[in-house]
Amino acid sequence: MPSLKDLKNRITSVKSTQKITKAMQMVAAAKLKRAQDAAEAARPYAERMEKVLSGLALAYKGRPDAPKLLAGTGKDDVHLLVVATGERGLAGGFNSSIARMAREHTEELLAQGKTVKILCVGRKGADILKRQFSKNMLETISLREVKQLGYDTAQGIGQKLLDMYEAEEFDVATLFFATFKSVISQVPTSIQLIPAKFDEEEGEEAVHSGAAIYEYEPDEETILADLLPRNVSVQVFRALLENNASFFGAQMTAMDNATRNAGEMINKLTLSYNRQRQAQITKELIEIISGAEAL
Amino acid sequence: MADGVKIEIVSPEYLVLSAEVRSVVVPGAEGYLTVMGEHAPLMTTLKPGFVTVTNTDGAATSYFVGGGFADISQAGLTILAEDAKPASEFGRTEIEAKIAEAQEALSAAEDIDAKSAAQNRLDTWKNLLVESAGLGRAAH
Repeated sequence: MPSLKDLKNRITSVKSTQKITKAMQMVAAAKLKRAQDAAEAARPYAERMEKVLSGLALAYKGRPDAPKLLAGTGKDDVHLLVVATGERGLAGGFNSSIARMAREHTEELLAQGKTVKILCVGRKGADILKRQFSKNMLETISLREVKQLGYDTAQGIGQKLLDMYEAEEFDVATLFFATFKSVISQVPTSIQLIPAKFDEEEGEEAVHSGAAIYEYEPDEETILADLLPRNVSVQVFRALLENNASFFGAQMTAMDNATRNAGEMINKLTLSYNRQRQAQITKELIEIISGAEAL
Repeated sequence: MADGVKIEIVSPEYLVLSAEVRSVVVPGAEGYLTVMGEHAPLMTTLKPGFVTVTNTDGAATSYFVGGGFADISQAGLTILAEDAKPASEFGRTEIEAKIAEAQEALSAAEDIDAKSAAQNRLDTWKNLLVESAGLGRAAH
């Protein structure tokens, strides 16, 4: 049975924890708003890009002269997994759910006898995956110093991927991140970055919506060759923004839970503190009374 | 004739401009082109340059775009630019910095391909310097 003083200490410590989690929740909420705005502002660009590209890609489907970024290397041996997670923890299942998805995918590929390389964006995912796949890890791109997530960050990562692809270091690249659905729900998502995959229906629609008689300047091939590398960066950028919003969403929910749990704990501790205090008073009274009777 | 053209300039970070205007001058890969209402569907890549938007009341504003592409369709003109900002925020000093950067890349380039690419970039920026000077005069 803990003493009164112990209980009191614990109550104070839980109270200060609650203060911290509450502050973190509010900070996350404020940052979430900004991250969400950024993700929304980036949406038109990515959507337009996808629409234009899917139309162009459809025209090139199955043609032998299609660019490598669209058609692939013709092999399927070396897979690169780009795992985007957060830089910090304390966000509930955010980091681990992305890492879990990447791990399952890795195991599946390894079972098929493929070579897997893992590139982590964000430290937390790397920490989790390192335990199991230390020999598959390439490197970790840290976003620690990045204050405001800008397009140039994504461009750097995209360029790195393209350079590696150019050097034939992998055949297929898949990107893992969490899509922001709402504050309480972030869905781990994977998309195939290289070779690029497009929604065929959308391409079909773009072609049939009277845009079939497009004129191209310089020509389709050059435009496609120009757009595909750009698309990689755009996809990475979108993933990073979604991730950012998801992270703060997850953190907000996690901290909200923590604050509530701390509240419950304080209630419980206060109850047992009061009980014990009363018991002690009763005990002291009994001692005094029985002492007086003995006289 | 159609009244005007709907233009949207989109950068990866945000929507720069969305408006209904009289005409737009776009720095296409094969030269500047003017887009007005009911332009034939066209898709072109852009080189770094200035997009000049003329409003329905005749006032012109310029935006700097650092490459990208333009999609002209029945719905209007969409410019997807990697780097887009009002021209007032991208003046002589910024262009000169880019020229210095390109000059450095040129001297660092080793094989012939890299050299010609760097030379092209340098020329593009030098041209732009001239253009921006012209732009300044037109505005004043």
